[in-house]
Amino acid sequence: MAKVTLSNLRHSYLSNPSRPTDYALKEINLDWKDGGAYALLGPSGCGKSTLLNIVSGLLTPSEGRILFDGKDVTSLAPDQRNIAQVFQFPVIYDTMTVRENLAFPLRNRGVAESKVTKRVAEIAEMLEVGEMLDTRAAHLSPDNKQKISMGRGLVRDDVNVVMFDEPLTVIDPHLKWKLRSKLKELHQRVRATMIYVTHDQTEALTFADQVVVMQEGEVVQIGTPVELFERPQHTFVGHFIGSPGMNILPASVENNKVIFNGNTVAVEGNIIGNGGTTELGVRPEFVSVSATGIPARVRKVSDIGRHAVIETMVGDMRVRAVAETAHFEQGTEVHLTFKKDQTRLYRDGWIATEVAS
Amino acid sequence: MKTENQRAWFFVLPVLLLVAFNALVPIMTVVNYSVQETFGNNIFFWQGLDWFEQILRSDRFHAALGRQFMFTFLILVIEVPLGIIVALSMPRKGFWVPVCLVTMALPMLIPWNVVGSMWNIFTLPNIGLLGYFMNDVLGVNYDMTQQPISAWITIVVMDVWHWTSLVVLLSYAGLVSIPDAYYQAAKIDSASPWKVFRYIQLPKMKTVLTIAILLRFMDSFNIYTEPFVLTGGGPGNSTTLLSIDLVKIALGQFDLGPAAAMSLIYFAITLLVSWLFYTLMTKDDAQ
Amino acid sequence: MSIELKSASKTVRGITHIQPTSLKMSTGHFNVLLGQTGSGKTSLIKLMAGLDPLATGQIFLDGEDVSKLSTQKRNISLVHQFFVNYPHMSVFDNIASPLKVTGMAPSEIEGRVQEAADILQLGPMLKRRPHELSGGQQQRCALARAIAKESRAVFLDEPLANLDYKLREELREQLPELFAGRGAVVVYATSEPEEALLLGGETALMDDGIVTQFGQTAEIYRKPTNLTAARVFSNPPINAAEISKVGKVAKLHDGVSWDMHEDAANLPDGEYVVAIRPHHVLPVKQSDADVALNGIVQVTELSGSESSAHFQMGANGWVSLSAGVHSYKVGENHQFFMDAKKAFYFAPDGRLVA
Repeated sequence: MAKVTLSNLRHSYLSNPSRPTDYALKEINLDWKDGGAYALLGPSGCGKSTLLNIVSGLLTPSEGRILFDGKDVTSLAPDQRNIAQVFQFPVIYDTMTVRENLAFPLRNRGVAESKVTKRVAEIAEMLEVGEMLDTRAAHLSPDNKQKISMGRGLVRDDVNVVMFDEPLTVIDPHLKWKLRSKLKELHQRVRATMIYVTHDQTEALTFADQVVVMQEGEVVQIGTPVELFERPQHTFVGHFIGSPGMNILPASVENNKVIFNGNTVAVEGNIIGNGGTTELGVRPEFVSVSATGIPARVRKVSDIGRHAVIETMVGDMRVRAVAETAHFEQGTEVHLTFKKDQTRLYRDGWIATEVAS
Repeated sequence: MKTENQRAWFFVLPVLLLVAFNALVPIMTVVNYSVQETFGNNIFFWQGLDWFEQILRSDRFHAALGRQFMFTFLILVIEVPLGIIVALSMPRKGFWVPVCLVTMALPMLIPWNVVGSMWNIFTLPNIGLLGYFMNDVLGVNYDMTQQPISAWITIVVMDVWHWTSLVVLLSYAGLVSIPDAYYQAAKIDSASPWKVFRYIQLPKMKTVLTIAILLRFMDSFNIYTEPFVLTGGGPGNSTTLLSIDLVKIALGQFDLGPAAAMSLIYFAITLLVSWLFYTLMTKDDAQ
Repeated sequence: MSIELKSASKTVRGITHIQPTSLKMSTGHFNVLLGQTGSGKTSLIKLMAGLDPLATGQIFLDGEDVSKLSTQKRNISLVHQFFVNYPHMSVFDNIASPLKVTGMAPSEIEGRVQEAADILQLGPMLKRRPHELSGGQQQRCALARAIAKESRAVFLDEPLANLDYKLREELREQLPELFAGRGAVVVYATSEPEEALLLGGETALMDDGIVTQFGQTAEIYRKPTNLTAARVFSNPPINAAEISKVGKVAKLHDGVSWDMHEDAANLPDGEYVVAIRPHHVLPVKQSDADVALNGIVQVTELSGSESSAHFQMGANGWVSLSAGVHSYKVGENHQFFMDAKKAFYFAPDGRLVA
């Protein structure tokens, strides 16, 4: 188990990067505590896989360093870093049995056979694959194959970091939650530093103690699942997390008040900074349809069973609200109220209000 | 949809007739000859299975068959590993890939009798480049027209030169289809290059290798042109492979009956061994 | 425009993949095929498209019997899960491909392609090859091809399954608008109940090759006619347990009991199955009438604005889904509250009774 530090890390796939857009990863400085469960969350192309490959050693960064427990491992190859990686599709040795697959990394390192047997049994029990130990790996279903891939990563007890690169991609949708919880359980038992890369918010928020949200090569926010939902520091976080995402509405600031479509809107606290493009951010869960407030017209009502999403138009802007029932007629005029302590101002994407003390 | 299926047969019929005429009729003729005796003038005497018995008992047939098996064995044992090794050393990405692929394909493009002639001239002692090099520069007594061993080495080397590329290209195709993640996982698992080969590359190449081995077996077992042009079956009959012997009997001695019987036996052996090979190699998949 | 199936079925080597099905799907809304992987959605679509032969029954497109007609003649479009585009052609040629086959005038082809590309925001990418586009863009190219063709029926087989979930949300919103007013019958296959609810229209619930229920999406959701339908149309999985009814009281095998609602109380006494959706089982009491359920939490999940907990009570596994962020300690006992008024009751053979 190790503490992972990323120091001044930047990476470009081009040999002579000159502009910021040439960089797949812009400047990153991060500290990951020993034994923690972390997630790298972001859309396709945000750089999360690049970052993962740099941490595992499959890619050497153009600039910056990586440290495991303070030791510089930037130039070390993957097998010298004592890491384990689980890929998007199951990577198993087809010709070997499950037992042999799990034993492979240990045997390659010359571990004593008695220890190998013991470790394999432990891991098999954790993953609930005990009955399959002598089956040929090629004959298993995709979710079991993926479990074996994970097992191979965990079988060594000197592993510094275990990394998961969108591991549930090939798993049947109705089996995903089982593997998700299995991963969480594994982390509780093994207590290794685990980094999970995904574009799925449920996977990230369920697995991780801390989530690193990335967009276009930059770390946009790091926080606990609760923090990310309740107080997004960046409009992207608000948009990406939560289904539907946060309402991001153009707004202006006059006399220390936030104006949206001619209406004054109360925000969580003091407004800081000035200039830049200002936007109002409020989650649909905190927008309610009421008797008074901002005038709006109902455009579409979606009934999702457990609640309804009401899409309204304020001027030519779309504002979504979550309501208990779907009893709204399309075209009716309504009023919207934004919950004050969940309404914030964002400047150029970054949060620009303080929590009221 | 049913109407369309039937229409398709009408398109296929002419081809079927053509193939029938070109393939089935000659085979039927051979079968016909194999059970009869003729001295010419279209007079035939029924022999039953006599020719078959005669061939199967003849020492000459056994000797040729033995040489053939030896030849095919040597070919497979050399070409398959060599082909795999070359495929492993070829780059998988970048500028050199098409260059390598074209270079590999070249030997297979040459007409087979030209291959035979090329090697003939190349290895003639004192005149050919290789012959001269071996005898006068290295001092090795090499003469493939006189020494059975040299003749054997030459036909084997010639075939290796000619056909290893097939194994290379097929293996290469199998290799490039392996996703990078497998190599990455092997790196993380601290697997040695030999283990990477044995547990990742070889299993994934299994299908293409089966095809490559089967093709090489069939082609080398039926080989005629190159060794015939190179050595004519000599010196003596040291490199008289089965097909060469067959042609000698049929066209040289005009013993159509025995020749026909031998063809059929030849065909049956090829079929049998191919089937055995194929079953063995795909046995695992059937599980 | 409509698609009608009359006792259509599909058999492969003696195994029936689709049981004889009769359905009528019309234009003006999305027709959703909802079911898990392997329930037969793709098979049914292939039957309607003509890619697989019918074992029995007939298929009608706009009243015309197309059962024996080849796919090419049926004038349909199909969008796959796996971004199917011609890799060697540019985006423009990809979208134009079905039009070129009909011998349309090049100027008209260009007009239609441009229109479809604009709707799907592919304008700047018309000259690129599919592999140069992102996943979302490739799928939009496939969608543009389907729109440009202006076919009578459009089949969408889980088209968003391979995209980022946020991209999925965005495209899902655009889809109904894309097909509105085009007059084609749209059939959309998915395994996520939420997509069915969001896309609206009419839904067919499928399980094991059988269409268990078909009708207005919201109605089916509120009134599943049998237990299978209730199960299919629920994510997370619906809570179901056996009960014995005596008088007005329903009792679970491990003792928990409650008063049943009006319609259910009038049923004859006996054994039934109670089913209740996870969002009616909450960690907080909503009203005094709520039934308390105690169980050991095994799995907890967080999804942005909602949290779920899987807990074990007696022999049954239950799921609770609530808004907001709740933390549950795995392995510990926790109390949940069920709103019994929202429960469904099914007879042992699966029929809905109350």
